[in-house]
Amino acid sequence: MSPKKLNLKDKYKLLTRDLDWEFSYEDRKEAFPYEEFEGIKITDWDKWEDPFRLTMESYWKYQAEKEKKLYAIYDAFAQNNGQTNVTDARYVNALKLFLTGVSPGEHAAHLGFAFTGRQMGGIGARVAAQMQSIDELRHIQTQIHAMSHYNKFFDGFDEFNHMHDRLWYLSVPKSFFEDARTAGPFEFMIAIGFSFEYVLTNLLFVPFMSGAAYNGDMATVTFGFSAQSDEARHMTLGLEIIKFLLEQHEDNLPIVQKWLDKWLWRGYRLLTLVAMMMDYMLPQKVMSWQEAWELYFEDAAGALFKDLERYGIKMPDYTDTIKQEKEHLSHQAWWIFYQYTHAAAFHTWTPSAEEMDWLSEKYPDTFDKYYRPRWELAAEMEAKGERFYTTGLPQLCQTCQIPMAFTEMSDPTQVSYRESIYNDERFHFCSDPCKSIFDNEPEKYVNAWLPVHQILQGNCGGGGLDKVMEYYHLDDGVANLDFEGSPDAERWKDWKGVA
Amino acid sequence: MTIRALRDDYHGEFKDSLEKFGGLQLLYLGWDKHQMFCSSRAFPLPPEMRFQELLDNVMPEAFGQHPEFTQINWNKAQWILDNSAFQPDHSKTLTEMGIGHKSLLRLVTPELTGYKGAGI
Repeated sequence: MSPKKLNLKDKYKLLTRDLDWEFSYEDRKEAFPYEEFEGIKITDWDKWEDPFRLTMESYWKYQAEKEKKLYAIYDAFAQNNGQTNVTDARYVNALKLFLTGVSPGEHAAHLGFAFTGRQMGGIGARVAAQMQSIDELRHIQTQIHAMSHYNKFFDGFDEFNHMHDRLWYLSVPKSFFEDARTAGPFEFMIAIGFSFEYVLTNLLFVPFMSGAAYNGDMATVTFGFSAQSDEARHMTLGLEIIKFLLEQHEDNLPIVQKWLDKWLWRGYRLLTLVAMMMDYMLPQKVMSWQEAWELYFEDAAGALFKDLERYGIKMPDYTDTIKQEKEHLSHQAWWIFYQYTHAAAFHTWTPSAEEMDWLSEKYPDTFDKYYRPRWELAAEMEAKGERFYTTGLPQLCQTCQIPMAFTEMSDPTQVSYRESIYNDERFHFCSDPCKSIFDNEPEKYVNAWLPVHQILQGNCGGGGLDKVMEYYHLDDGVANLDFEGSPDAERWKDWKGVA
Repeated sequence: MTIRALRDDYHGEFKDSLEKFGGLQLLYLGWDKHQMFCSSRAFPLPPEMRFQELLDNVMPEAFGQHPEFTQINWNKAQWILDNSAFQPDHSKTLTEMGIGHKSLLRLVTPELTGYKGAGI
């Protein structure tokens, strides 16, 4: 008798749900020690609906096929000297920011989903988290490979992993993911699986990938397409987890709401880097940050929250603040990097006259009034041969770790200062949500590794800025400072035959 | 609850407590409505530093790049210490005046409106 071929349904069952087993002689609670401390109540894991409908076997087949196509294009890009076809060498600085700031986040997500893929009690959820974990590992690898070709021709890429653990601004994404990974499995799933990968994902990936498309960067665009079907799966997992938790027990609602309030804000603050990338770093602009926020958050997430209302979920209170900040965020962020670019692994520059006109048009209520004068001052100083690099080290927000540069929306020229005193020590915050995140769990955030304080404690090479630069592996005069006069700029002129 | 952790007795390490700074304390300095400086700055200073020394030695490093810096009338300058109005005595030390570790001291100069009067 020939062996019977399994039908699809049976095969799926055997290769997913059937991988689980009953605990007959071990205590189930000891097998899943993280499942209860967050206060989440699960009454029946069987109610979990598998978001991916994939077996591991078919997953490997799909992914292998995508890899083959992706790497064929990488090869063609390299052989055709694709780096010479980007709109301008300034564009490549967006990629440096991506590789140092975003790609290590993929790796952190890989580790985080591996953790939840082990610790959630339901087999369906575990299989899905494990697949996402492998996806995230694939993403950091394919991103490194997409950008390794640029690394041969531009400065600032080669030490991305070393820098991620050390550089002041990279502590923003690093601490974001570490905050999520040191939470319990369900908070991680709401933090990264839902808030980041579902609600905010389009504000991270679409800007970078469309930015690549608009600026002639075939390698990164192709990576984007290759990741797209993975991201679609991640979104379905994110949505399933929130619905599942809310349907399991009514006591889960306030916990989930608190996590949403926290993580949408944490994610939004992280997207500050994307805002400035869109408005200031792309030579060929896609859309403004404000337009992206309106399209992908106010419209899309607005509809999503309407849908979640039936569970009792509310849009976080601070979304009105974000609505106002959208006209300020990118300008305030680029100003930070412009004046601290001597300690950054990418170049910055004063926007050109045409770019400033574009910004005036996109931000009619704020750019000319608050931000154009900053660039005029910068240009004035530059013309005198005193390009503005600021002195001293910035005060950082204890929660998001971004310099205290954000302003009150009631008075955009006034820095927004918030503070809390915990155990007789003073802590400073850029905003009400960053303060309330700290106030909810001070024992977590007192432990923050704030780069500026670490430098001042002598833990970053000791001594002066030169020692810090060594500690960062940041080549002074090469990967940092203004784009004008950089080795990147000189090489670009050489290729293009410009004197 | 101060943290949701696996163990109820978990405590975070205070990464920036006073003793970590080798005898110095942190002071954050900001200059209101002068956004040329993207943010306030952090300085490790001896607690026994007198206010006059702060004005003479630290303020120029913090804000000396600003075109209005030389126009500051230090006798008329207003101060906000940790969100409250503050009247410094130039001969007293930081400690004597209650400027503690991680205090935020803001300089306010209403007559100086920043570059192009735009708060920059």
